[in-house]
Amino acid sequence: MSTHPAFPNTIFSPALAARFDRLVTLYPVKRSALVPMLLYAQDEVGHLSDAVVAEVAARLGISELDVRNVISYYSLLRTRPVGKYHVQVCTNISCMLRGGNELLEHCSKKLNIPNKGVTADGVFSLEEVECIGACSWAPAVQVNYDFHENLTPESMDKVLADYRAKAQNGTK
Amino acid sequence: MATLTTHPDCVPLISYRFGKGATNIDKYIELDGYKAARKALTLGPDAIIAEMKASGLRGRGGAGFPTGMKWSFVPKQSAKPKYVLVNGDESEPGTCKDRLIFEHDPHSIIEGVIIAALSIQAKMGFIYLRGEYRYLIEIMERAVADAYAKGFLGKKIFGSDIDLEVVVQTGAGAYEVGEESALMESLEGKRGVPRIRPPFPAVVGLYGGPTIINNAETIASVPHIFRIGGAEYAKLGTERNGGTRLFCLSGHVNRPGVYELPMGYNLKKMIYEVGGGIPNGKKLKAVVPGGSSTPVLTADEIDIGMDFDQVGKAGSMLGSGGVVVLDETVCMVEFALRTMKFYQHESCGWCIPCREGTDWLKKSLTRLHAGGAVDKDIDDIRYLAENMLGRTFCPLGDAAAMPTIGFVQKFRKEFEDHLEGRGCPKHRVAEPELMPV
Repeated sequence: MSTHPAFPNTIFSPALAARFDRLVTLYPVKRSALVPMLLYAQDEVGHLSDAVVAEVAARLGISELDVRNVISYYSLLRTRPVGKYHVQVCTNISCMLRGGNELLEHCSKKLNIPNKGVTADGVFSLEEVECIGACSWAPAVQVNYDFHENLTPESMDKVLADYRAKAQNGTK
Repeated sequence: MATLTTHPDCVPLISYRFGKGATNIDKYIELDGYKAARKALTLGPDAIIAEMKASGLRGRGGAGFPTGMKWSFVPKQSAKPKYVLVNGDESEPGTCKDRLIFEHDPHSIIEGVIIAALSIQAKMGFIYLRGEYRYLIEIMERAVADAYAKGFLGKKIFGSDIDLEVVVQTGAGAYEVGEESALMESLEGKRGVPRIRPPFPAVVGLYGGPTIINNAETIASVPHIFRIGGAEYAKLGTERNGGTRLFCLSGHVNRPGVYELPMGYNLKKMIYEVGGGIPNGKKLKAVVPGGSSTPVLTADEIDIGMDFDQVGKAGSMLGSGGVVVLDETVCMVEFALRTMKFYQHESCGWCIPCREGTDWLKKSLTRLHAGGAVDKDIDDIRYLAENMLGRTFCPLGDAAAMPTIGFVQKFRKEFEDHLEGRGCPKHRVAEPELMPV
């Protein structure tokens, strides 16, 4: 727990709390820190829980409703947990032309979950996403923030197996 | 890791330092880095803008507005602080170029911000990256910290009496935020909905102050203009289309990749020589020349130079440099539907023609693709799209409507082929194999 005087009961790690303390001072208007704070908080907590929303609102001096109104706009922000490894398959035009739809279907079968599903053990979740900026290396997938490109169903199996092994070894 | 692909016709200007370790500030300085900013410091605002105008650089985000002119619209006197904004919210389908700049040459962005700030006497700049580019946000933040440590940013930059603060900002997933006024809303901690214009950002922008907002590639081109001179830069391209740009080749080509080519480079040559042609001996069917919002070109419309004017004359747009190549196997209705699905998902819902229009177009195209449409539906799709044009707060409505009109206009026969319960021919071909004889 951080001992920061303004937020003695912060739910964030000391490093993240310190980052937020600095972030709000960078802009002419404090609220400008809102979108980055939400994304970085989500990275640490896993999703934007009620407690996250409450603390972010308090840090910026805005209402929780204001915070939720912004959360609902951005597609990366989520109020419910996803798997430890969030598999995001792009099916937009460039990826579609090179097998993005087939890759999504393959992942769905392999993980035995539908689009937007989470595996029972919580290790994987799956989501069809819009263009992730990997068009020239299509089809592409982002697992959390890591890019995997020029994929085939076979190479995708290897990607999933590597994450599965990581989860079993307890590494991040 | 995203890397540049090269071809003998490539002209490495923006990509001059790619793959040379220039994320390290000392390496960047060794490779002529921050010389352009020092030069700009001695020039003063008017001379900077004159050099920019001489370069013929036009915005690389899609609209192709002359950059020097855009900067000149910022009023000299302003009661409110002025700002420089870098738009790195790269998310136009088919586009993956800014990613390379942030990854390989982040200091060129900072140097571009310094020069832009000097031209309008701004004291603060923001570099906005899409949230999906997390690893690039870290690279960019480190570069900014290094520039502060050297005294290139902060108080009295380069020992002058000028101050400049720069902040790296992240988005969180929204195509619409790539639109200039929506990006400003996002940077102010709000939903990314567009603002009505006029007033334009040059007069009333971020926090109500006069603002320069440019695409990341545009900003990264700026130091190179001052490194080689505006007139030399202009000569690399074609008339009124100075310099080089990063083209993102994707789809059905043998060698997809991001290539730096001169403005005006022939599209046919780009596909067949640079990109190595169409895989598996297939024929070319169509090309989307500048990201998903630009109207499609048919195979016999591609013998054109890739600059803003020539592509415009051919009835499309150079856009963001995302060249998407489609071979003969592609169903154009399916392609139009996937494109519309994207715009429907990304429409912010702020104004009705876009919110309702994209939704109806998606529904109509879905029905047509599945075989549930009648003849009139094809005209309705076109009518609906035509009535979205120019009737929205921001260009997203146009971005959805323009390609749709193009698909219907140029591939009407294929649309008709889906009528009367027939649905997609691709799926019809597959059907007999599934059914026992």
